[in-house]
Amino acid sequence: MIRFAGDSGDGMQITGNQFTDTTAKVGNDLATFPDFPAEIRAPAGTRAGVSGFQIRFSSTDIYTAGDIPDVLVAMNAAALIVNYKDVAPGGIIIANTGNFTERDLQKAKLATNPLEDGTLDGYRVIAIDINARVTEALQGSPLTSKDVLRCKNFYVLGLMYWLYSRPIEPTLEWLAAKFAKKPELADANQTALRAGYNSGDIHEVFQGRYEVVPVENALPGTYRNIMGNHAVALGLVAGAELAGLKLFLGSYPITPATDILQHLSELKEFGVITCQMEDEIAGICTAIGASYAGMLGCTTTSGPGLALKTEAIGLAIMTELPLVIVDVQRAGPSTGLPTKVEQADLLQSLFGRNSDAPLPIVSCATPADAFDCAVEACRIAVQYMTPVILLSDNYIANGAEPWRLPDMDKLPRFPAVHVTDTAGYAPYSRDAKLARPWAVPGTPGLEHRIGGLEKEHITGNVSHNPENHQLMSEMRRDKVLGVRDTIPTPEVSGPEKADLLVVGWGSTFGAIRSGTERLRREQNVSVAHLHLRHLWPLAHGLDEIFARYKQILVPELNMGQLSRLLQGEYPDHRFLHYGKVKGKPFTAREIREKITAVLEAKS
Amino acid sequence: MSAVQLTPKDLKSDQEVRWCPGCGDYAILNSTQAVLAEIGVPREKMAIISGIGCSSRFPYYMGCYGFHGIHGRATAIATGTKTANPDLSVWVVTGDGDAMSIGGNHLIHAMRRNVDLKILMFNNQIYGLTKGQYSPTSPAGLKTKTSPYGSVDLPFNPINLALGSGATFVARTVDTNPKHIKSTLLAAAAHKGIAFVEIWQNCVIFNDGAWKEWSTKEARAERTIDLQPGQPLVYGKDNEKGLRISGGEVEVVAAADADVWDPTTAAPLAYIMAYLDEREDLPHALGIFRQHAKPTYDGAVKEQVDFLTAKKGKGDLKKLIYTKDAWQVS
Ligand SMILES: Cc1ncc(C[n+]2csc(CCOP(=O)(O)OP(=O)(O)O)c2C)c(N)n1
Ligand code: SF4
Ligand SMILES: [Mg+2]
Repeated sequence: MIRFAGDSGDGMQITGNQFTDTTAKVGNDLATFPDFPAEIRAPAGTRAGVSGFQIRFSSTDIYTAGDIPDVLVAMNAAALIVNYKDVAPGGIIIANTGNFTERDLQKAKLATNPLEDGTLDGYRVIAIDINARVTEALQGSPLTSKDVLRCKNFYVLGLMYWLYSRPIEPTLEWLAAKFAKKPELADANQTALRAGYNSGDIHEVFQGRYEVVPVENALPGTYRNIMGNHAVALGLVAGAELAGLKLFLGSYPITPATDILQHLSELKEFGVITCQMEDEIAGICTAIGASYAGMLGCTTTSGPGLALKTEAIGLAIMTELPLVIVDVQRAGPSTGLPTKVEQADLLQSLFGRNSDAPLPIVSCATPADAFDCAVEACRIAVQYMTPVILLSDNYIANGAEPWRLPDMDKLPRFPAVHVTDTAGYAPYSRDAKLARPWAVPGTPGLEHRIGGLEKEHITGNVSHNPENHQLMSEMRRDKVLGVRDTIPTPEVSGPEKADLLVVGWGSTFGAIRSGTERLRREQNVSVAHLHLRHLWPLAHGLDEIFARYKQILVPELNMGQLSRLLQGEYPDHRFLHYGKVKGKPFTAREIREKITAVLEAKS
Repeated sequence: MSAVQLTPKDLKSDQEVRWCPGCGDYAILNSTQAVLAEIGVPREKMAIISGIGCSSRFPYYMGCYGFHGIHGRATAIATGTKTANPDLSVWVVTGDGDAMSIGGNHLIHAMRRNVDLKILMFNNQIYGLTKGQYSPTSPAGLKTKTSPYGSVDLPFNPINLALGSGATFVARTVDTNPKHIKSTLLAAAAHKGIAFVEIWQNCVIFNDGAWKEWSTKEARAERTIDLQPGQPLVYGKDNEKGLRISGGEVEVVAAADADVWDPTTAAPLAYIMAYLDEREDLPHALGIFRQHAKPTYDGAVKEQVDFLTAKKGKGDLKKLIYTKDAWQVS
């Protein structure tokens, strides 16, 4: 659902009507609610003068619940303030900053600028000076500057067409016919439409809205809306604090991970250091250098960036330094579909390095879960002196949901130890978890050398001894496998025994959970859901769980990655892969239909 | 900084040094150990970070903290270490291949940021560790294993690259002159900000004598000129010749008429000195090309953190998480 809101004079009705016509041509079901201002002549720029047009449409692909807009186009400050509360959490707000001047704020009775004062936390705000962009696009047009500005509704319409993959041709034709006698007007509006359409690419706007799983009986507590990337940022800060460390982020901007870098760069008073480096390799290498110096090093990226970091991850594995690597997955390969969702970096995370280079992998299920998972990644990194990959994706990153706020005092701490005792110190001695001691430069008497060359067990001297390499390779493997002793066996949702178990990971959580619950509730289907947060090592007890179900289905937004991993690890069971790589999340309906089909095929 | 007194021996590790006999790296190692013993920094506050190459084995032979990284990435790793703890004295040891081919990107960016690192680039004009392929500083025409008919690549001039990248301290020294290495590294250590030091180094095995035209004791007097702050630009066996820069050109004059060298000037004289490398009739320049004072990256990062912590108060995670739009469910 989209709501266009602006001044009565802004042409919102025309914009809405055009979008409706085009959408109808594309073949969607739709419903529109034009909403005229009560006072047709209310003063421009005031709250009373706001005019709106709302369009709701759906197809079998797009499913949105309720009457809440996913996108609000606010042509001025008044339009924003009157409408923003109706927008779904995580929805897109496109604001024309050209009409947010001091005077516009005054007219809208606003003391501070809602674009800057935190009012819009939890929304995806796209602030564009549409007045300026339209003026630029229409440079050299014979129209007066006032008339030029009147074309801005077509700029917005163009952007909406891009966002919802609608053709612009019908409107181009409509303009040509309508202004047949005034070709300069037709021309100007067409140019504005094209400019708006092209701007979509530049802003890399993520399409679609995160579907919040409806919860019955929400737990008591304090809630707020949070988006996935923001939750990761907060989780990293919290994780560092729980470890008693300061956080260091070395990163390079890439959609859809950039927000994490942006959020963390605001938190200087937490002692967070953010370095925007020259590339992804430098991002991770500075983080490794910072961990070496005793901070909690972290790097954030998406799939293409993870590929670049490969060799350095191996270095962190070899030097056994704590490091958190966040991969906000997007559809690939290569540049792929940068604004679309996919969960196809699992095998890259597991195996995408030279030689045997094991590391733990954690993945988040929902925007709120991203906080807990980031904390968990920090815990493992610090307790086991290892790099950890945290997998998120585009859908979680840009999705929002209510987050039940944790009681920070009750979160378990996992204090990191920077050793200082020189007695018996050896760089590659190990504790019960097989972690080596963390001695940081600046500590007298513990001067030592680490690096990518294989090191001798205990002493840490360079070693080419064949037996030692075997031993150290086993140590690295066993250390990471040992993480499973500190993770719980995941709980199955649904019956303990059933005809079908659906196993998922990452952002498919919501669709699988609501799909399976509904089938049980409404059709009494014998199905259960198991969600895996830890993808490596896999938790204890999974074998026993799998044994209790007649069939196992693994839906994933890829061509078969978790299913392959599980098939290799648990060869006694059979894992049915159900994949989708359309740049879109699963809907609950797709999951239900697949489950029904699988069960029918069997019977 | 406390007046710490160390001896070069304190900076040796217990590991056996494993370069080829006769390799120029030995002289550089010894001089570096002597210099680090003198700079007044306690051993535990020194970190030597390297990439991959013969030269990059360096940290293993040093008695301070050391990190042998991956090929080309030492400057990036060191940037993280120095930014995380500006209290450390962080040195990067790298080769011409490590720094200028695979690590070129990190090198130029560390230089433009003015991270307070001391970068020692051992330039032997060859890939030593991989047994003799041409490098980005090999002269065109050099015959190597991968250029049997002569390299068709045109080389970098490392000094020009450093100057152009905005390095605030740029110098050059040579493995055959330990005294000069020492004075150059001492000046680098005293510089607050990035110091890029190119060290001409002989690889006896794969590129023997690459620098001998300029580097031997006999050649040095006539074929090199030492750029020292406040000193006249003189050279020759008896320092009888001088250089004068006029109209963007360099001319040879009597010692008495030579210009006095000023590496702190904003004028582009350092570039002219680097360009001497291309002149057969003039000496190549060693010594300090540039020495500019600018804010350091690590210092600026720390300043922002300190400033905002003082202004906003130490961050409180609870306040950060519990925003004003939170609501209660009971
Ligand atoms: C990613 C990667 N690529 C290639 C290599 C192989 N390699 C190691 S050192 C080196 C070149 C070293 O040359 P230089 O930096 O000049 O050091 P030198 O050995 O001459 O001191 C190469 C190509 C490697 N170790 N890692
Ligand atoms: S190969 Fe060359 S650079 Fe490497 S150790 Fe031997 S002489 Fe030195
Ligand atoms: Mg070399």
